[in-house]
Order: sequence, then structure tokens, then C-alpha cells
Amino acid sequence: MTLSQLEVGETGIVKEFTDLEMSVKLMEMGCLPGEQVRVCRIAPLGDPIAIQVSGYQLSLRKFEASTIILQ
Amino acid sequence: MKPDIRVALVGNPNTGKSTLFNALTGLNQKVGNFPGVTVDKKTGIAQLPDGRRAEIIDLPGTYSLYPKSKDESIVFSVLAEKGSALTPDLIVIIIDATNLKRNLLLYTQVADLKIPVVIALNMMDMAAKANISIDIDLLSRRLGVPVVPVSARKVEGIDDLKKVISFANKHAMQVDSIDVHAIAPALIADISNEVEVESPYYALQLAHQHEYLNFLTPAQSDKIEELEKKHSFHSQKAQAAETIARYNYINDVLYDTVQTPETAHEESVSNKIDHILTHRVFGFVIFMAVLLFMFQSIFAWSEYPMSLIEDGFVWAEGLLRGVLPAGPLADLLIDGVVAGLSGVLVFIPQIAILFAFISILEDTGYMSRVTFMMDKIMRKVGLNGKSVVPLIGGFACAVPSIMSTRTIENWKDRMITIMVTPLVACSARLPVYTLLIALVVPNKNVWWIFNLQGLALTGMYVLSLVSAVIVAFVMKFILKARERGYFIMELPVYRMPRWNNVLFSMYERSKAFVVQAGKVIIAVSIILWVLSSYGPGNRFENIKKKYSQPQYTQKLPQADLDRLISSEKLENSYAGVLGHSIEPVIKPLGYDWKIGIALITSFAAREVFVGTMATIYSVEGDADNITSVQDKMRSAKTPEGKPVFTLAVAFSLMMFYAFAMQCASTVAVVYRETKNWRWPAAQLVYMTLLAYGAALLTYNLLK
Repeated sequence: MTLSQLEVGETGIVKEFTDLEMSVKLMEMGCLPGEQVRVCRIAPLGDPIAIQVSGYQLSLRKFEASTIILQ
Repeated sequence: MKPDIRVALVGNPNTGKSTLFNALTGLNQKVGNFPGVTVDKKTGIAQLPDGRRAEIIDLPGTYSLYPKSKDESIVFSVLAEKGSALTPDLIVIIIDATNLKRNLLLYTQVADLKIPVVIALNMMDMAAKANISIDIDLLSRRLGVPVVPVSARKVEGIDDLKKVISFANKHAMQVDSIDVHAIAPALIADISNEVEVESPYYALQLAHQHEYLNFLTPAQSDKIEELEKKHSFHSQKAQAAETIARYNYINDVLYDTVQTPETAHEESVSNKIDHILTHRVFGFVIFMAVLLFMFQSIFAWSEYPMSLIEDGFVWAEGLLRGVLPAGPLADLLIDGVVAGLSGVLVFIPQIAILFAFISILEDTGYMSRVTFMMDKIMRKVGLNGKSVVPLIGGFACAVPSIMSTRTIENWKDRMITIMVTPLVACSARLPVYTLLIALVVPNKNVWWIFNLQGLALTGMYVLSLVSAVIVAFVMKFILKARERGYFIMELPVYRMPRWNNVLFSMYERSKAFVVQAGKVIIAVSIILWVLSSYGPGNRFENIKKKYSQPQYTQKLPQADLDRLISSEKLENSYAGVLGHSIEPVIKPLGYDWKIGIALITSFAAREVFVGTMATIYSVEGDADNITSVQDKMRSAKTPEGKPVFTLAVAFSLMMFYAFAMQCASTVAVVYRETKNWRWPAAQLVYMTLLAYGAALLTYNLLK
């Protein structure tokens, strides 16, 4: 299951990444393995999405969310 | 006077870094460029309690020392270069207390460079509100560095921070965070043998970033490259391992020092606001309403101060006329310089109001919501959600906006944004639009709330955005992508705007406009006055002779005669000759040779159009009858006696200015940002063609 499959309000725990380049950026922003993420909102046009992670809100595109595999 | 200590201010974006910078330095700051690159460098002087002076350097906000954009790459290179004019003695890192975990990542990286560090813990009041309790003393002991709680917004704790800066150690006291050696032991050892390094982490950073560091010699850089190959170093894997190790360390520290409430799931105020502001229907409606309100206000609120400035100049012209002895010098000063300046200074209120709005939108966090909402549309047309900020900034001025495209990591997205940003109606077009709209559009309301002039102006602004989007869409198919783009962006919580910052930005931008545009305009006004007051050969003498003949002097009253003489003189002056020479090209657009002169002079900067109009009609008009530019233009007549500025001509001119490049500074900045003349050249050509076509179409439709 990947982050992009979560509905608004659902939570998950990050397990691993499918894309090394993207993972470096995501991890710097606090989106690490073992971290809990929650989907807060989806942009009016369906993409990007906003997630709560490490105590703040991060926005990322659906494609980028699909590289994050959840436990 | 040389400062006693140099302090670099670093921190994540949205942590109140610039507010802290303003609080530390007051108005005692200057803006320049970092050597070799066009990243804004803000420095200022802070007076320390012990009487010494500290130079504070504000570095661009970044989440990590690994740069993702051009702006961010400055941070490591300034911190790492030894013995330069910017090398800091001390680093002040500003950390958002409500978001310690992510903020501490940058701290651990900076600390591992082994430069003395002080932590300014900002937004303690917000953390208290969110029931986050931080044991500051324990945190300071665990990290081995001073931690000073501050509230940059309320200007609290600034004196404590200054005290700590003045007491700061010359030697780095921080505790090691992670075992840097473990990431690439052999490589770090080898690099330390080649280059003088202060810490293992410094060596590791050289391995990652040596290609972009100007202070390394080519030989050193090649050697590091060679060592990387030898040890089969993989930059991204090493970064991933490092980041995980750092967060493990941070979690460890935070476990002992910070208590966060478990029930953080309760909906925050910020989230509630977001429900409305990024709503699928209301979100866009609100965004449009904000834009409309902004542009209506620019018109409404600036009306009174503008008329004050205008009256002031009319008064000054009259005064000068009375004081100065009549002659060429008085004419040059009054018709050339003062008339040109008044045409420009009068727009300060509008520019200040526009920048107040932009700074409020950025400060409150609304701008990043606009980015969030618009990303999908923007991507469809070849742009990026982040292009929204340069495009909206383009409403103010294309020059800083093109510089701000450096936050766009993707090359293709960035190039397209640069290419279309000058199409957005900038503040230099505002004088042209307001002048022409006031001339031909009646000032009355339709449907109670919509002012016709405001609607026309909003229309010009909407048109500029639409054209930028269409051009971007075309370029999406012309340019080839170099790398993949991503959109990983923090959505900061909503905050009240900081009124000090708003005022500061109004002041700073208006000043920059007056200083930069003022120089060009005075120069252009003087040249223009000379060109329009003198003519080739003995044409002027012939005119004088012609009108001194009895058939004129006896039949016409003196006032009419003077007007005939001066208008024929203008037509035969150098400027008139120049205007006439391009008349065949601009005639289809509805312009006469006088407008032609303005088109030529405003090539350097659009707002010169207004000054040129003022100068041309002052030279032509009689000196005793001083009126504003607008009145002068309204009474302008063609040789057949019809008004020059009809609806068709005014809108054709507006279309021309909407699309034409007409800005030397933008050409220069595009070259600086792209490092290739082909980009500004292509931009100039496509925009001029577009301008001519649009003006031609408009004139023929409205004629």
C-alpha cells in the first residue's frame, strides 16, 4: 500500500521508498521510515495532497506520494 | 568601520528568519549580491551590549545543507569558504519551537561543520499554546550550545540573543551529533589528507558538493572526484544514510527534552481555515476575489495621495518658472526633468500598495495555498505550482520575480516561468494603463459595486495571466526536459502578517523603484528634451522666419501663433524626425509620430512612456498653462482637429504595452539568470511580435 492510496483523514506508517532520489528529499522534510503520516487534504483539482508529518503540514504530488510505501 | 564579529543567520524557511534579522539590525541593513551569483545578500549591523558591532549576514532559508535549488547552494558555500569577506565567526541558527524535529536536522548538519553555533529558539509562545513543553536548559546541555528563546515577532529575547552573541566562544563547543566517519570512513580520511578540513563532516560535504564550490581549485576538485570513484561513493545513498542517522539522534534528544501532547489530532485553526481557503469551489472564488480586491484598492486608495503628488509638482513647476530666469536652462529643468519625474513619482502610492498586498499574502501563508491549489493547472500548461509566486510577483516587477524562479528546482519549469513572467502586468505598466484608462474609460459604477475603470484594469491583469499561460503551454512542447520535477513543499500554518515587515517592504520597494527607474527617467527626460528642443540643420530658423511674415503676425492672435510655432518646431526637431521615421510601421496601430517617440524612449522602461508624454506635451504647450499630463493628452488633437487618444488608440497602446518587452532591466536579468543570450533574444522577439499583432487587431476592431 502506498501513501497515494490513503483517503483524507486516514493515517499510515512509512515503511520504505521506491525512488532513491525522491526519498532523500522526503526524508530531509521529516518523512522517514517509522514516521506516522496522515492525509489532511487533497487539492481542489485532485492533486497535490497535503499530509501531516513530523508535526507540520507537507504538500506533495500524488505521484510523489506513490513512491512512499506504508506498513 | 569594520565589524568586530561576523554572524551568519541560517534556518529553515518560514521560521521567522527575516523578522529576526530585522529585529537584530533595525533599519541598519543593505541588500547586495553574493559574489559571482545573483542571490540577494542582506547584511546588517547589530550593536552588541559590550559596545562591539556584529555584522549579520542573512543566508537563504533551507531545510538542509544539501541544496535543492540555486538559492540554497549559497548556504554551504558561504559557511565553508575560509578567509573570505563573508566567512562567519559564529552561526546563529533560528529554530521554530513548534517544529523542532525538522528544524534540528539543519542544526545537526551545521553544528557538525564545527563552526561556533548559537540556537535562537523562535515561536516559544506558539509552542506553549500547542502545549509543547521544552526543557531549554537540558536541550542546551545535550547539544552543548547556548539556546536562547526569542520571539522575533514580538521583539522579545533579542537583547538576550545579542548578549549571547557577544559572549560566544571562538571555539566550537557543540557535542558531536552522529558518527560522520561511519558514512564513508576511507573517503573522509583521504579527502582530509588532500584538503585542509576542520571536521570530518566538512570533508564529507566536499565530497558531495565539490563541483559547485568556487573556492576549491580545479585540481582539488578533480582529486576529490577521483577519490570518490576510488571508494565508489554514491552521493544519494550517503545522503539517505546520513539523514536517517541524524533523525535517530534528534529523536533521542527530543525524547528527553520535549513533551508533546498526545492528542494533537484535534483540528487546528489553520486546518479549519484551509477547509475554506482551499475548498474546491470557494478556494478559487476567494482567490479571484482577493485579486479583484487588490487591484480595485490599488486604484481607490492611491487616488488621494496621487493627486497630492500631482498638485505638488504643478505647484513646483509654477514656482520654478517664477524663480528661474526664462531660457533654455529653465526649460530643460521644468519641461524636461520635473515633468518627467512627476510622471513617475506619482505612481509611488500604487507601487507601495501593491507590495503591501504581496507581502501580506506571503506573510500569512496564503501564497503557498495558492501554489497548492494551482499546481495541477500549472503543470498542465508546462509550469509548476511554484511558478505561481514568480507570476504573482510579476504583478509587481518581473526583475525580482525572475530572480525568485530559483526556488524552482526543475530546469524546464524554471525556463518556461522565466520566459512568460514578463508578460504578467507589472507595476511599470500600471502608470501606462491608469493614464490611458482614465483618459478613455468613464469613471462610473455598473451593478453598484463594479467601477468601470477598475474593471478595465482588472481585465488587463487577467489578460496578462491568460497570455502567460498560453505562451507557457506552447513552450511546453518546444523545450525538452532535462530532469524530473518534484513538488515537495511545506504548508506553513496561517499567521497574522507582520505589519513591520509589510511597511518595510513598501518602503524598500518604493525606494528601489524611485532610485532605479528615477535614474533612467531623468536621463531619458533630458535626452528627450534636447532632442525635441533642437532640430537638424536650419529648420528651426526657417520656422521662425516663416511665422514672422506679415500674413501670420497680422491675422492670428499671439497665443495661437505661439502654439503653431511650437508644434511645428516639435515636428521638425530630432525627436520629431525620429518619430516620423517609424510612423509608417506604427500607423496601422493607430499611433502618430508623437506616440512613436514615446515607444522609442520607453524601450528602456515602460513607465518612461508617461514621462515622455508629459515632456512632449509640455514642450508643445504654452508654459503659462500648466496642467497635468492627463489633461494635456486629453486636449491633444490631430492635424484634422480630432482627439488623438480615442478609445481605439488607447486600447491599442495598452495591448502593445501588455505584450511588448520594453524593459531593459528584464532583458539583463534574464541573461544573468540563463547565462545565454539566446533566451533574452528569443523573448524579445516573440514578445514584440505578439505586441504588434495584438495592437493591430485591437485598433482595427475598435476603430
